[in-house]
Amino acid sequence: MQNLLKSRHIAGWLLASPLAVVLALFLVLPIVMIVIVSFWGATEFSIYPAFQFDNYEFLFGSPVTYSVFLNTFKYAAITWVFTLVIGFTVAYFLAFHVHSLTWQVALFLLCTIPFWTSNIIRMISWIPFLGRNGLANSTLISWGVIDEPLEWLLFSDFSVILTFVHLYTLFMVVPIFNTMMRIDKSLIEAAYDNGATGFQTLTNVIIPLTKPGIMIGSIFVVTLVMGDFITVRFMSGSQSANVGRLISNDIALLQYPSAAATAVVLLVTVLIVIAVLLRFVDIRKEL
Amino acid sequence: MDGKRPRSFYVLAAFFVLFLVFLYGPTITIAILSFQGPEGGLTFPMRGVSLHWFRDLFQEQAVGDIWGSFRRSFALGLMVMVTTVVVSVMGGLAFRKRFAGSGLLFYLIITSLVIPSILISLGVGLIFSQTGLNVHWASSGFGAQLTWTLPFGLLIMFAVFNRFDRSFEEAARDQGASPWQTIQHVVLPIIAPSLIGVALFGFTLSYDEFARTLLTAGSYNTLPLEIYGMTTNVTTPVIFALGTLTTIFSFLVIGVFLLTVLVLGRRRARQGSDAGKGMV
Repeated sequence: MQNLLKSRHIAGWLLASPLAVVLALFLVLPIVMIVIVSFWGATEFSIYPAFQFDNYEFLFGSPVTYSVFLNTFKYAAITWVFTLVIGFTVAYFLAFHVHSLTWQVALFLLCTIPFWTSNIIRMISWIPFLGRNGLANSTLISWGVIDEPLEWLLFSDFSVILTFVHLYTLFMVVPIFNTMMRIDKSLIEAAYDNGATGFQTLTNVIIPLTKPGIMIGSIFVVTLVMGDFITVRFMSGSQSANVGRLISNDIALLQYPSAAATAVVLLVTVLIVIAVLLRFVDIRKEL
Repeated sequence: MDGKRPRSFYVLAAFFVLFLVFLYGPTITIAILSFQGPEGGLTFPMRGVSLHWFRDLFQEQAVGDIWGSFRRSFALGLMVMVTTVVVSVMGGLAFRKRFAGSGLLFYLIITSLVIPSILISLGVGLIFSQTGLNVHWASSGFGAQLTWTLPFGLLIMFAVFNRFDRSFEEAARDQGASPWQTIQHVVLPIIAPSLIGVALFGFTLSYDEFARTLLTAGSYNTLPLEIYGMTTNVTTPVIFALGTLTTIFSFLVIGVFLLTVLVLGRRRARQGSDAGKGMV
């Protein structure tokens, strides 16, 4: 028996070893490296090993840091609300109103295909729509809703959040749809038979049972938005900042230790958020 | 339920259609705009219809090294795809039984998925620069992209093996198959369609990956990096032409994968059971 137990562990590790090696080299080691470098010092063109807290002192001493973190949370929260409402509605339609499996699969694929195309292109493609002379403005003017083109459509918080919602809603649709498909349909019939209205069934049966999917989707959306730097840079026209941009600006200036310190704080923040979300769901059970 | 649909169906269906328009509208817009005439700009109106900007794209000196970067992205995508499939299957098999440290490894996979991409980019870049190695898309870029594709591959494999009917394996074992034979002749054929899914994730996520490759690709850009560079200094519809082409390419790739799944499924349904056609 002892022997058998041992071989189970060995077999497990043999099979998992390529995975473990990749994660050790390209995930664990880089994180360790970032933590180490966050204590280093930097001159204008080079970095040198040290053990000092200057980077953190500067980071926490600067009012910019707090406003940027606040902005990051703001983007995450607003995007979360929109992706959740849209994603839930879409998944609900697919799971409970489309009855043929073929149609369900086809429409579901239609929702997921953009995920496999380029994010940058999808970002760029909003420009002809939102620009000063873009489709949105010219349509609104021709309808007589506005006289002057709206300036806040592009290169603003609005366009940043719109793009986030556009890019990441499918991260909500997929896990929520997945959980909904596993809800026993007889539970819903039972609710109706007992006289529940459609709305009561939704709030008392479907939403509680869909919670794990909602949580997984939320983890995706929140972490993707919090870690983003390119969408904010591009869609705000470099006018807004989030933590990711703070890091990428430091990188552009070759201030790696300072970038590393910000990255450590960002990572800790993201992990805390996930730890909170994970309290509501056991991911391994939900796959 | 039969016959008449409730009113809510139509409301939700309308919402769904709007969602699809929201999802695909911008992409279709730039596809149209990429046919702008030579005088046209980045927005409507169209000033004539032409292939001018596509032609521009093929003249290499006009805009960076598009074709070189496309070849690199394609090669890298294939490398990442193959690695993702192999490592994910092995990992999925490993995780069917608990082993010492499997919990820790699982949390590393989740971390790999949720860690802000720029941290991977920065960390890998720092390791290479501090150890005097050169960053290159096929070494550091390759590894950095795996941290993004592997979690997806593994999550799919976990989902597949959670639904896997173990009695097939037991049957094989009862008939005297070795563990390797069981995997080769029973497990792998059953999970084959999901492997195509893993491959699709591996290729497309790598082909479009940007943030994790930013500091790890070195002096030879991948296509998304090239496009990113263009966004800052190209102000003509040539960028829409490129966007349209690479999106069409993505659609083709997705189509090939989906078609393969469909054909495999059909063939399996047609062949059905092989009971009574035993090898003996």
